[in-house]
Amino acid sequence: MKVLVTVKEVAEVEDDFEIDGLEVAEQYLEYDLNEWDDYAVEEAVQMAEADDDVEVVSVTIGPERAEETIRMALAKGVDRAVRVWDDALEDAGLLDVAAKTRILQAVVEEEAPDLVLTGVQAADDAFGATGVSLANAIDFQWAAVVNALDVEGDVARLRRELEGGIEEVTEVDLPAVFTIQTGINEPRYASLRGIRQAQRKEIATYDLAGLGLDGDAVASDLEVTDMYEPESESDVTIFEGDADETAASLAETLRDQGVGAE
Amino acid sequence: MSDVLAVADHRKGALRDVSYELLTAGRELADATGGDLHVAVVSGDVDGFADSLNREGVDAIHTVDYGEEFNHDVYFQATTALADSLDPQFLLLPNSVNGLDYAPAVADELDLPLVTDAVGMSFGDELTVVREMYGSKVETAIDVHADRAIVTVRGAEWPPAEGAGDAEISAADVAIDEDAVGSRVTGFEEVAGGDVDITQADVLVSVGRGIEEEENLELIFDLAEAMDATVSASRPIVDNGWLEKGRQVGQSGKVVTPDVYLAVGISGAVQHVAGMKGSDTIIAINTDPNAPIFDIADYGVVGDLFEVVPELVEQFE
Repeated sequence: MKVLVTVKEVAEVEDDFEIDGLEVAEQYLEYDLNEWDDYAVEEAVQMAEADDDVEVVSVTIGPERAEETIRMALAKGVDRAVRVWDDALEDAGLLDVAAKTRILQAVVEEEAPDLVLTGVQAADDAFGATGVSLANAIDFQWAAVVNALDVEGDVARLRRELEGGIEEVTEVDLPAVFTIQTGINEPRYASLRGIRQAQRKEIATYDLAGLGLDGDAVASDLEVTDMYEPESESDVTIFEGDADETAASLAETLRDQGVGAE
Repeated sequence: MSDVLAVADHRKGALRDVSYELLTAGRELADATGGDLHVAVVSGDVDGFADSLNREGVDAIHTVDYGEEFNHDVYFQATTALADSLDPQFLLLPNSVNGLDYAPAVADELDLPLVTDAVGMSFGDELTVVREMYGSKVETAIDVHADRAIVTVRGAEWPPAEGAGDAEISAADVAIDEDAVGSRVTGFEEVAGGDVDITQADVLVSVGRGIEEEENLELIFDLAEAMDATVSASRPIVDNGWLEKGRQVGQSGKVVTPDVYLAVGISGAVQHVAGMKGSDTIIAINTDPNAPIFDIADYGVVGDLFEVVPELVEQFE
């Protein structure tokens, strides 16, 4: 069985930052493996550890810089990686769900996986939609926001995490795409041995033409036209001073609310 | 083709709040496009749901009586079929866990642009959707350069529709293809509460990612003991397995309304806030002055919890 895991390198914004035009200024961004994808990678790697016949391939849409993140996934046990990038992607504005779907669909046609795992969402743009969109495009079954997964034969028994502490217990026929929620497992840290092995693992790179696509595939109907910091509607009282002073003010406030009263 | 079609969300026999909020968002949008507001309700007690959804501003309600609970294959088929027959300009779907389990497939099937998690919408010549990025640190305006689109709407951003409506209620002519249903919901389970019921606590000391290491939780338990409070947590703490799931506050955890909620090292992501905004007094300790938790806090300290919390423990000992 082949498991394809989508892996995104996401930008995290520092606490203090500035917006430059329609983007957060580059110097305030730090890049890392998307947290949800870390859980998806772990889920796939655990499947491979339980069954020698499982191959895990990761796919990333991202520039060369993303290879550092891809190596992290390889170091955690992914067998090999695919990276898609193109000048057309460099120039494209917002890479929307439809564009990502077209690219990943082409990779699926290339790799022919039995199972696709994605994170529920990416930490940066948080559309939370690519996995289910892809499933429809490639004619797979799917389930979104999965927090327990057990694949047996051609059926997956899983749980979907609904709101309010409720879990839906569901069976889904394979092949399928599952979007993986944080907390489903405990993602491992890469071992030194894993990091060394990752250096020798293959990262195949494709441009759009290599996947049989052209620039139209990444054209989007969506355009970001403004970016700004949300206005705070806060009327919070902030206590100033050293830790002992702020703690004293906090304690006084808490006691006024009846906390600590015998 | 200037109409708006909204699809309701329900679970275990009750419409979810976002369903009524979709009516408000949908009416606003339909006023701007000059069209009608259609509402679809799929599965469950569709007639009862239709009566509840018949509020001011709704022009028509379409019921699809098939099955009891949400199944994404059924919702996908019903929504695409209704979109075909009603020819709406915009589809508004809930940005709920279930909404995101079919909206992207509908968008792909109908080849429509999709914008998720809308917190604002306006329509002039084009649709503009406001949404957040980078964990609520920025908002973006997205123009949709297309005649039609699907938008999923975040809960609690629009007020619920009120007032009695005079919508035309009818059973939609939609046939569900059972062979195309590849998933089966076999049950629901409520996450066990463990030994502690955080929903009953008067005072909660809630801990988030800022605590950094599992060992540091001791500090939080010391504080809770000194304050005679109960410890709760935000999602990352539970994901890490440091505390049991029954202590999780937020959209996917418990909704709490204590007298005092002391948030320690919690940034206040929207999913967390959904579970604690009803607290009487909210107090936050966080290093980031821009953290969204301060938007809803009554009192706060911008500082290092590892300096402030030990001092606070001392104050109560």
